[in-house]
Amino acid sequence: MATLQQQAKGKKDGDIRYLSPLKIETQERKKYCRFKRSGIKYIDYKDATWLFGFVNEQGKLLPRRLTGTSLKYQRKVAIAVKRARHIAIMPYVGDLLK
Amino acid sequence: MNQYETVFILNPVLSDDQVKETVKKFENFLTDRGAKMIAKEDWGLKKMAYAIENKKSGFYQLFQFEVPGEVINEYEVEFGRDERIMRYLTVKLDKYAIEWAEKRRSRMSKKSKA
Repeated sequence: MATLQQQAKGKKDGDIRYLSPLKIETQERKKYCRFKRSGIKYIDYKDATWLFGFVNEQGKLLPRRLTGTSLKYQRKVAIAVKRARHIAIMPYVGDLLK
Repeated sequence: MNQYETVFILNPVLSDDQVKETVKKFENFLTDRGAKMIAKEDWGLKKMAYAIENKKSGFYQLFQFEVPGEVINEYEVEFGRDERIMRYLTVKLDKYAIEWAEKRRSRMSKKSKA
């Protein structure tokens, strides 16, 4: 460990230094709405395996900020999931679904 | 006339004949009131995600039909009265849903042929 004085001088023994700055991606890839991009107009509540992509391992709906879905389609996803739950092809509560 | 779609779950203790009879009953109920059946699907005995009436599986059936909207109320009441039905869900189909239903059907028929 470098002492405080050494750190202040900017000399750190044993630290790896690079001649050119490392490329670290600071900006995440932009999220997009998969319905808009692939032109899906209707979200089928009967297709449970596909709807599982929109819930977490407890069976709760994932927020828009994680999936990137636009508001218009998020509402439809929510309705589809709720319908799927009603006809018991998706659980209301679950544990370790994934 | 609107298009609707119903998924209903039948009690798993029923025999095959009883299942057929129940399906027939509801089909007749609709056709008697001027409905046009578009598709019928039998998903068979399926395991459910959670227990309904202490049962973990049920016979799934799907109807797609065209009927005047007033009939639906009566139709749903009929589902509620029948003890063999464990769950039902009727949904009105918009134009995108109809499109999708057709696509789904053609895909399913292809699969069954292959």
